Amino acid sequence: MRMPGSFLWMIVILFVAVATFGSAQAATSEDELHKDAIVEERARALTVQIRCVVCQNQSIDDSDAPLARDLRQLVRERIVAGDTDQQVLDFMVARYGDFVLLKPPFKMATLLLWLGPLLFVLLAVLGVVLWFRQQKTLVTAATDAKVDATSKEEAALIESLLKRDSKS
Amino acid sequence: MSRWLIGGLPVAIFAFVAYFLFQGLGKDPSVLDTALLSKPVPAMELPDLHHPEAIVTDAVFRTGDVVLLNVFASWCVPCRVEHGQITRLAEQDALSVFGLNYKNDSDEAKAWLRELGDPYERILVDQEGRTAVNLGTYGVPETFIIDGDGIIRHRHAGPIMPQDLEAFRAIIAQIRTTS
Repeated sequence: MRMPGSFLWMIVILFVAVATFGSAQAATSEDELHKDAIVEERARALTVQIRCVVCQNQSIDDSDAPLARDLRQLVRERIVAGDTDQQVLDFMVARYGDFVLLKPPFKMATLLLWLGPLLFVLLAVLGVVLWFRQQKTLVTAATDAKVDATSKEEAALIESLLKRDSKS
Repeated sequence: MSRWLIGGLPVAIFAFVAYFLFQGLGKDPSVLDTALLSKPVPAMELPDLHHPEAIVTDAVFRTGDVVLLNVFASWCVPCRVEHGQITRLAEQDALSVFGLNYKNDSDEAKAWLRELGDPYERILVDQEGRTAVNLGTYGVPETFIIDGDGIIRHRHAGPIMPQDLEAFRAIIAQIRTTS
C-alpha cells in the first residue's frame, strides 16, 4: 500500500517543480532585465521576434548563446537610446540580414514563400474545375451519341414502316 | 487538351517542389550570407593589441589594395586550425591581414601569437564584441575580404582550410583586376 502513496507524492512534487521552474525556461536572466517596466516589455516583445543566428531556430529571447545575450542587451540599449521598435529591428537586419527576423518580411524575394500556399490552392481549384468539366463533356458526349443512335434506329424503323405501308 | 493538363499538372507540381528541395540539399544552413556585402566596413575605434594607447579606426582598411580582416580569439580552437592559412596569405600573397581580437584577454592573445606567430598587420581589440556585431559576425573565426575602397566583398564564416585558399586567391585576384 505504500507504493501508490509515494508514487502520488512523486507526481505532486513533479507538478510543483514544473510549475515553479518551468516559467524560468526563457534564457533571459534576471540580471539582464531593465529596471524600467515599459522598456523591458518592449524589449521582450522584440527579442522574441529576433532569431539567434548561432542556434538559428531559437529567438534571442530563448537562446543561451553568448551572442544572443549580447544582442538582448543591445536591444535594450537601442530602446533606451530612443529607437522605435522598427528601428531596432532594422538595426538587426542591417547587420544580419532578413534571416534575423523569425517572421520573414513580405517582399519580392519572399513572394513565393508568402503566396506559395495560395498558388497551390488555386492550382487545386483549377484541377477540380477541369476535372468536373471533363466529366461533364464525357456525359454530354455519351448522351449525344445515345440520342444519335436512337434517332438513327428510329429513322430506320420509320423508313421500314413507311415502306411496308406503301407496299400494301 | 484538358486531359493533358490534368495528367501533366501533378508532374509539373512535383518538378516545381523537387527543384526547390533539391537546391536546399547541397546548402549548409549554418553558413549565412553576409548582409554587409558590397557595403563599407562599419565605423570602429578600437585599441591596438600591441599598443593599447593607440586607437585604430576603420580608415586603416582603405589602403587602395585588397586587405583581409580576420576575427579571431585565442580561446577559439578553429582559429588555431586556420592560422597557418592566414599566415600563408599574409606572407606568400603579400596581403595585409588585419585581426579583430574578439572577446579575448589581451595577454592570452599575445601569448597565443608568440606561440603560433603573428602574421597580422595590426590587431584591433574588440573586448565587448560590439564591432563584431556591427560586422554581422555570428561566430569565430570569420574572415572578410575588403577592397581598396574599404568595401566588404566577401565573408568567409568558419576556419579557412588549405582547400579554401584557391577560392580566396581567385576572389582577391578578381577584385584586383576589376578595381
